[in-house]
Amino acid sequence: MRKTLLQSLTHGPLTEAPQAPDEAALAELARNVEKAAQARLGRSLSIREIDAGSCNACELEIHALSNAFYDLERFGLRFVASPRHADVLMVTGPVTKNMREALLRTYDATPDPKWVVAVGGCAADGGMFRGSYACVGGVSDAVPVDLHIPGCPPSPTALLQGLLALLQHVGG
Amino acid sequence: MGMALLDRIPHLTVSPAHRPWPRAEVGEEGWRKAIDLLAGGELTLLGLWGEAAAVHMALLNEPNEIAVVSLDCANGQFPSVGARHPPAQRLERTIRDLFGVEAVGAIDVRPWLDHGVWGVQAPLGADRGAREAAAYKFLPAKGEALHQIAVGPVHAGIIEPGHFRFTASGEYVVRLEQRLGYVHKGTEQLMQGASLEAAAKLAGRVSGDSTVAYAFAFARAAEAALDIEAPPRAQYLRALMAELERLANHFGDIGAICNDASFALMHAQTGILRERVLRAADAAFGRRLMMDLIVPGGVAREIAPGGAREIRALLAEIRKVFPRLVELYDNTASLQDRTVTTGIVKTEYARQFGAGGYVGRAAGRHFDARKALGYAPYDQLTFDVPVLEAGDVNARVWIRIREVEQGLALIEQILDRLPGGVIGAEVKVAAAGEGLAVVEAFRGDVLVWLQLDATGRVLRCHLRDASWFQWPLLEAAIEGNIVADFPLCNKSFNCSYSGVDI
Repeated sequence: MRKTLLQSLTHGPLTEAPQAPDEAALAELARNVEKAAQARLGRSLSIREIDAGSCNACELEIHALSNAFYDLERFGLRFVASPRHADVLMVTGPVTKNMREALLRTYDATPDPKWVVAVGGCAADGGMFRGSYACVGGVSDAVPVDLHIPGCPPSPTALLQGLLALLQHVGG
Repeated sequence: MGMALLDRIPHLTVSPAHRPWPRAEVGEEGWRKAIDLLAGGELTLLGLWGEAAAVHMALLNEPNEIAVVSLDCANGQFPSVGARHPPAQRLERTIRDLFGVEAVGAIDVRPWLDHGVWGVQAPLGADRGAREAAAYKFLPAKGEALHQIAVGPVHAGIIEPGHFRFTASGEYVVRLEQRLGYVHKGTEQLMQGASLEAAAKLAGRVSGDSTVAYAFAFARAAEAALDIEAPPRAQYLRALMAELERLANHFGDIGAICNDASFALMHAQTGILRERVLRAADAAFGRRLMMDLIVPGGVAREIAPGGAREIRALLAEIRKVFPRLVELYDNTASLQDRTVTTGIVKTEYARQFGAGGYVGRAAGRHFDARKALGYAPYDQLTFDVPVLEAGDVNARVWIRIREVEQGLALIEQILDRLPGGVIGAEVKVAAAGEGLAVVEAFRGDVLVWLQLDATGRVLRCHLRDASWFQWPLLEAAIEGNIVADFPLCNKSFNCSYSGVDI
């Protein structure tokens, strides 16, 4: 253990340089985020992730945001365990009918002001599960969405760009 | 192969178009004989799935003899397998939910995937009406001072949704009952009538962490149905992707298990290794998780120039770092205290349920589809299948560690021997056909059964995740453990939710 710990002291960090926020995401947010909220929250956001029917690939890449390369927390963004502590709901999947109520309840349990980020192709419009008897469709068919991050699954870099755009906008 | 197995089961006809293992139509007598053989422990249940007017059962005579038996059930009924062979119970509940076909004599007749909100009943069956949503009755637990803890479907971490109902006596779990189905997407219905191309993409999204394994299994099933074969280079590239996927997942799991025992250092270190694997995959194949790269006929993309070099550099890095992490795991007493003797899977359960992957192999079951069935190119590669007997969290960690080591050697062999030539065979449809494939994903064997019509469209496709036979063992393994050890046990299984909810 000593060697592993020492090495991490002597070696430079693996962390990537910050990404420029995604322009398209900024434009979408400009339409959706209210100025009042920016002043209240500052540059820090708590995120609650909800899998609403994902195949779990999006979750894998969302997980990667916390590894040493992307290190999400340095931006003031962190994942929290309860919607009660969250500012942002990050939702994946084509919103299965079996998860719809849980998603709505989680949304309702999140205090205002709040933002919803729909992650991945399924969350955008149901993706390849669109039209299934078991799916609602995109996340916006269940709750209001402020930002879409496309990809199947989106890479951690794409996720980071989207979240930084959100942060920049919220932080004003 | 498989015909000897069918000799033991009275059957009516053998389907000529089913490859590579035989499929026989049976009457009730044959169906009951198969149940006898399963209940007697002579055969292992590989899968049980439905159609609007038939049920099919894939049987394994260990180590490698496979056959499918099919029972016509135009009357909407079949004799319950689950009544005598518990691993079939959830599969039968699923058949009823999706097709409206009833298992006669079943012990548990509660719905499984159908939560009563689809707006249709038996969406893939002959008769569809809306079903009233009724409150789900959890199994009872009686005793003094018992209390219940309800968890999910939305969990605290970034994980898939499912509901766990614990009944506890103080800190000790008396009963755990899982309720799943939350991420049911209707995949098998979307498959029906789909083109091979669209169906392959759906197969790659049954469980995202195993997208390579699913695409691999789907492609093999399609090739069996069409009676074609992927060229050697494609077969090797498939295995290369499959082994990279296995490495990435095992690194993720080893770290996550340790993290659930509050040993964050390991999580951080294996997280780096996992990321390096995904970056190497991206460099070699242009996609981190390698989605949609394995297709019927071969692979969709050549390895990039310099891709092999990137992967060799990855192997060198892992060989440098990983042994130290293994030593760290082995020498940290506080961590071992959490993992050793926790969440024990009994060897007889692993055998009875035909549990695959690290769950089975940590509890004495030797089956690994790569070795047992020897599908290409694994029949040409040298590797060991590590097996342990203890069945606890620790054993499941060690199986993963050993499989990482085997994986490194496999990837090296694949790169050394990568044949030249084309990466895809022509996908020509000569006639209708049926194919079955079993492929070893990181968490265990994935089964794909596919019926194609004469134009190459999907008539019916069934995809069975390894987790079907692992989830129930988690319920048994947690019994008598403390509630606080559940995350640890659960992570050491790392069952797929999406894979079984499909």
